[in-house]
Amino acid sequence: MIDAKQVLHVARLARLELAPEDVQPMADELSSILGHIEKMSSLDLDGVEPTTHVVPVEGVLRPDVAEPPLTREVALSQAPKHTETGFLVPSPQA
Amino acid sequence: MSTATEIEYETTIGLEIHVQLATVTKMFSPVATYFGAEPNTLIGPVDLGLPGTLPVPNAQAIHFGIMLGLAFNCEIAERLVFHRKNYFYPDLPKGYQISQFDEPLCGPGNFGGVRIHRVHLEEDAAKSTHAGGSGRIQGSDSSVVDFNRGGTSLAEIVTEPDIHSAEQASEWLRLLRTTVRQLGVSDVNMEEGSLRCDANISIAPKGSTELGAKTELKNMNSFRFIERGIRAEVARQTAILRSGGTVEQETLHFDPRTEAITSMRSKEDAHDYRYFPEPDMVPVVVTTEMVEKARAAMPELPHEREERFIGLGVEPGAARQMSWRPELGDLFEEALKTDDSNPKAVAALICNELVARLEDGDLTHSKASAASLAQLVALVADGKVTSSGSRTVLDKLVEGGGDPAAIVESEGLGAVGGGDTLTPIIQAALDANPDVAEKLKSGDMKPIGVIIGAVMKETRGRADGKEVTKIARGLLGL
Repeated sequence: MIDAKQVLHVARLARLELAPEDVQPMADELSSILGHIEKMSSLDLDGVEPTTHVVPVEGVLRPDVAEPPLTREVALSQAPKHTETGFLVPSPQA
Repeated sequence: MSTATEIEYETTIGLEIHVQLATVTKMFSPVATYFGAEPNTLIGPVDLGLPGTLPVPNAQAIHFGIMLGLAFNCEIAERLVFHRKNYFYPDLPKGYQISQFDEPLCGPGNFGGVRIHRVHLEEDAAKSTHAGGSGRIQGSDSSVVDFNRGGTSLAEIVTEPDIHSAEQASEWLRLLRTTVRQLGVSDVNMEEGSLRCDANISIAPKGSTELGAKTELKNMNSFRFIERGIRAEVARQTAILRSGGTVEQETLHFDPRTEAITSMRSKEDAHDYRYFPEPDMVPVVVTTEMVEKARAAMPELPHEREERFIGLGVEPGAARQMSWRPELGDLFEEALKTDDSNPKAVAALICNELVARLEDGDLTHSKASAASLAQLVALVADGKVTSSGSRTVLDKLVEGGGDPAAIVESEGLGAVGGGDTLTPIIQAALDANPDVAEKLKSGDMKPIGVIIGAVMKETRGRADGKEVTKIARGLLGL
């Protein structure tokens, strides 16, 4: 179902580095997982509402009220690299 | 057989507009957001995508979104689901943007003659500054990211391809901006990026039922750039097709300085966003109460006001000007409270005479009260001052305010009217210009200006030209 080419495509999108010898086993494992899901889709689910969550909760909203932000020092301290005022990242254009 | 160079092309444009909502806090994070703060001082754990944080939708953003949908006559969804749109970029700390996919807040609608495809809510990206090759920031291949904007609440408005020229696009966007501002859901300030526009542009031979290949012109941030960008892109596509080439579907960038259009094409898998429902958030139910609350908050919209003004007898041009510039419309309505017998003339006075006297047409430069404008119109209508005299009165009103009748009196601008006063003056003018009188008698009315001029001189501009003509014709037996 999932071939090596698709595995490499998804790996690229997810920025995952896969060793060449891991590609085929990954394709096999993913195929087996998707095969299981395919089995579920053979069930007759007409009349069952599609759902995106397992918890029966809806409509959780937040009032538009501000809470204190992080201080810049704390926020920047979490980053591997930063300047005095900003996060430093490799340029996407480089 | 016709050649490619003879074919006339028709332009088709669809717009995608991002509007930053005027919420206090961000879309999914309880952190305040405003323009111009010091970098990275308006950020919270959710905005940085720190582990263990959970996004919660802002009720006010959904309220504003519903108001937009109502203004655009959209269907409002009963339930909305947020999706993750996955891509990697430094301005997106989570590796995905929370947006909406197949269950947007607002479905098909119609606004200003353009069909609306959808309106959905999402979070804005952060802002990255590329250090460039100068090496000013350590390592010349680095970027600095400011997350203040990251997570700000956005509404994306998508139109159907119903626009057919650059002028129509910018005209429609002006209506959109005025409307959104009137709604109070965004300050729609293009300079500060709270209104941003992408245009999907294609051309096809006139009469063709199929659309041509479209290109997407990205992130134009002023009406002038939008118009020029679309025009440049239509010209580019036309040149390609005329020379027998094909237009490639791609994303383009318009440089307003050079008018150059460049491709922003990246890897073809860049648009494989792998949308899936945001597992960190449960679906939002849009209740009848929420929709009714939004409906109750709706002000009169510009196009509704325009129609109401036209209904009062105002010229369409003035009606549009006064509804797209609410301060003019408010002045007009205030003036009618003093005297509502001549709305058309009050509107003309405001739009043609008053605005022209003000620097940048800005009303704050005028000292004339709304009541005094209505009174001035009444004085003209009653023949108490001529239209030329009324201009002098308006000059005085703009300069220092006051009562128009008093100004007419003190400046000696009272109209000289009525046959008894004017007839001898006109007779004298005809006697002084026998050659003109002769021509007028023969039916050539062109030199009547000479007589009017003489009468105006005698009355110091206080006579009415039409009345002079009428009396002169009577005296000449015409």
